[in-house]
Amino acid sequence: MPVNAAIIGSGNIGTDLMVKALRSANVRPVWMVGIDADSDGLARARAAGLKTTADGVAGLLPHVAADNIQMAFDATSAYVHADNAARLQAQGVLMIDLTPAAIGPYCVPPVNLAEHVGRQAMNVNMVTCGGQATIPMVAAVSRVQPVEYAEIVATVASKSAGPGTRRNIDEFTRTTAGAVEQIGGAARGKAIIILNPAEPPLIMRDTVHCLTVDSPDETAITRSVHEMIAEVQQYVPGYRLKNGPVFDGRRVSIFLEVEGLGDYLPKYAGNLDIMTAAALRTAEMFAEEIIDGRLKLAAGG
Amino acid sequence: MNLTGKKVKLHDMCLRDGMHAKRHQILLDEMVSVASALDAAGVPLVEVTHGDGLGGASINYGFPAFTDEQYLGAVVPAMQQARISALLIPGIGTVEHLHMAKDCGVACIRVATHCTEADVAEQHIGAAAKLGLDTVGFLMMAHMVSPEELVAQARLMADYGANCIYCTDSAGYMLPDDVNARIGALRAALPADIEIGFHGHHNLAMGVANSLAAVEAGAARIDGSVAGLGAGAGNTPLEVFAAVLDRMGAESGVDLFKLMDVAESLVVPMMDQPIRVDRDSLILGYAGVYSSFLLHAQRAAAKHGVPSADILVELGRRKTIGGQEDMIEDVALSLRAQRTGAPS
Repeated sequence: MPVNAAIIGSGNIGTDLMVKALRSANVRPVWMVGIDADSDGLARARAAGLKTTADGVAGLLPHVAADNIQMAFDATSAYVHADNAARLQAQGVLMIDLTPAAIGPYCVPPVNLAEHVGRQAMNVNMVTCGGQATIPMVAAVSRVQPVEYAEIVATVASKSAGPGTRRNIDEFTRTTAGAVEQIGGAARGKAIIILNPAEPPLIMRDTVHCLTVDSPDETAITRSVHEMIAEVQQYVPGYRLKNGPVFDGRRVSIFLEVEGLGDYLPKYAGNLDIMTAAALRTAEMFAEEIIDGRLKLAAGG
Repeated sequence: MNLTGKKVKLHDMCLRDGMHAKRHQILLDEMVSVASALDAAGVPLVEVTHGDGLGGASINYGFPAFTDEQYLGAVVPAMQQARISALLIPGIGTVEHLHMAKDCGVACIRVATHCTEADVAEQHIGAAAKLGLDTVGFLMMAHMVSPEELVAQARLMADYGANCIYCTDSAGYMLPDDVNARIGALRAALPADIEIGFHGHHNLAMGVANSLAAVEAGAARIDGSVAGLGAGAGNTPLEVFAAVLDRMGAESGVDLFKLMDVAESLVVPMMDQPIRVDRDSLILGYAGVYSSFLLHAQRAAAKHGVPSADILVELGRRKTIGGQEDMIEDVALSLRAQRTGAPS
């Protein structure tokens, strides 16, 4: 029996997530929550057989128990996430937060998802698109040897950056840099984001620079990077190593490209795809625990 | 061209754009002595920060010899009349950096975005305006859009609170007619209390000519750099532009001979390489590539054995924009792999 889930937010992210979740073996999207009855996302959700409400989380709450909703993806905004989370967690719903609110701990699946599942975290945060794309690489270096400083440069197509990201771009740099340290394992982190308006839109590019404390072990780091690429490719098939790792003194540089699956969002928007794919991956791992009886939620029937 | 009686506010770039040409290694005492000399020459505005603005210290753009805070803290108190500005590129620097600069005593913040992405600057422009700073919206790589598109982005920045909007020729690609069309459109569209500015690069040796076209079309502020110390083939050489303005009867209020002395005695001796139109900087201007890529491309060329000219042309073909310095080594590696069959 798959675990029932609600998707909050019927915009680009929520809708892409729904398309992916409809293919999942152990997570079943049951509700789509929006605030605009005429939104394309809600229309698609209805067409796909989901229950929908345009009244926000308030419209979902009365159905949580009856429809046995055990997890919810929040693809709204940082400003409303705290409220959404408080109301749903009160009913025992596990929250997977795709907003920059970061109330719960950061989750980058190949690096620390298993840890969160083991600790039965009730609210996990998916960091940022740039974080999902680059932190696995920082971790791939830092698991070989200590990293004194890591810096990531995320370049996304202008068309794939929505108004929320644009209005609060500092939040991206702060959150990503913090997670590069906390989850990536660098002593200090920095993040840079660039929006490129080229037509046709460019596929997301990410560059990861690390400064190792001691001289880098080139063979071990190269192997670790390739292994980590394969891990990410399990849920983002278009995650590719374009160049590197390149070694220059203590600097290790890794050049990545992230192409999306093109589910609801265009393929160039790998930045959005990697968020939805990572969120679903996270939900699926928690769902396995629930299905196997190792994780019991208050909401669970 | 009749510029008689036009007032032009000059803004010197050699301690910010010049940081690119100096690999961000200008020393504190050099900063203070050049800024003090510019101050004494009557230059009203002097920019001081990492070449990529506040928070630019990074592997991607280069670690500077000193922090922005150290540079600003040394220069600001030494000024008699000149006001110090700091550059801020959202996505690299943040509002926290802006507050730090304000605390150091800068009078002017220039918030820079790519010419189509003004809406990432709402927070930063709003914060600077709220702090009462001279707040400039700086639209980079402005050759890549039409005058109409540039106006639309300028309006956003003005709405956020900018009191001055720049048309920035980051690639040194524009010709005087291009400048005239853009500055003219901005001047016609924006309220009279919003100043218009122009920032040129000398990659096609058009710095002075383009700046004159800008003044003619209504620009009140012009960026230049003493002895041209700046990215690519440098900025509009400030002392040359000041001399031309003087000949044309326009008023910049600077002391031309003192400015020449700053160029000859202080700035030229600081240069690590001649700042001039050479093959690589000419390609920047010809192909429309961000001027700061120059030295990064030359380093990648030396490391990976691919001609720097080829790297720059490929960066232009890929429509890279300011800030994408990470693509330079990526392009070098890809070109090497294509040519040698070597794994990249």
